[in-house]
Amino acid sequence: MEQHSIIICIALAIVVTNLIRLIPMACIKGPIRHRFVRSFLYYVPYVTLAVMTFPDMILTPPSLTTGIAALTAGIAAAWMRLGLLPVAAICSLITYFLNSSGI
Amino acid sequence: MMRTPAIQGLRDGTPIAMGYFAVAFSLGIIAVKAGLTAPLGFISSAFTRASAGEYGTYMLIAAGATYAEIAAMCLVTNLRYMLMSAALSQKIAPGTSWVHRMLMAACITDEVFGISVAWPGYTPPAYTYAAALISTLFWASGCAMGIMAGSLLPETMVTALSMSLYGMFLAIIIPPARKDRNVLGALVVSIVLSGLAAAAPVVGEWSSGMRTVVLTILISAAAAWLKPVKDENDGAA
Repeated sequence: MEQHSIIICIALAIVVTNLIRLIPMACIKGPIRHRFVRSFLYYVPYVTLAVMTFPDMILTPPSLTTGIAALTAGIAAAWMRLGLLPVAAICSLITYFLNSSGI
Repeated sequence: MMRTPAIQGLRDGTPIAMGYFAVAFSLGIIAVKAGLTAPLGFISSAFTRASAGEYGTYMLIAAGATYAEIAAMCLVTNLRYMLMSAALSQKIAPGTSWVHRMLMAACITDEVFGISVAWPGYTPPAYTYAAALISTLFWASGCAMGIMAGSLLPETMVTALSMSLYGMFLAIIIPPARKDRNVLGALVVSIVLSGLAAAAPVVGEWSSGMRTVVLTILISAAAAWLKPVKDENDGAA
């Protein structure tokens, strides 16, 4: 892709992302009442991130075994509420060691 | 008096900034595939400040996607910020100027929102600004560093680092699934359908961004219809 269209893509991402942040603040005077809207917004973050993580995460390393091991360890670490940095580090380290030991 | 919340914000923002730097570094490695230069990555990350949204955007740029796909991807991956913005609006003292309200909304990321709403009583704008400032600085420089140094690292290390982004996603979605069985159910369904969709004949041909958008809307709508949320005041994710 050409340089100028990359810039348009990024400008588009910046505008859309920030409008999402600003619009509710500008519009909402009280709490959201509509039950379906609230429920939909409640589930969206989890579903999006789950869909983006799987199957891409297990397909990223050269071997499926490594990917599955990193995913499993990451889920376990996150389940134990280890926090953003430790969970990210665990996934990286497992991938690095399994990958460089040729598994 | 105004300095206390700002200093507190810097202090609380520091561990977030550390985590952001590491994750943004691996985001930078992905941004290289989309053809971003370090200055462009810095600007993009400083003003977008959205892990999943930026990741999705760079993947789409690398795949040569259309502007509509990129806009749709940003909308869906960042839809949670709408909820956070709505929740944060309840945490701002009445009478606060419109400029402060808008600036605080612009500061929202998962973590900055998290600490801002955790402030007892009305959140002072300076607290949110300080936390957002330090974390954004590290987020943007991490991305720029990833773009510059990513190409110098051996392939095994680049692969390992790009897995950290998925690790961060897991750290965001798994703990709430422990508390809420409906979230757990939605996650299991998402993983199964996403795996099937990637392998399916027609849907598998779509770009992964398109699949993300469609699956998110379908699964979230189904979950909202089958298992609506209960409490009025429990909106924040």
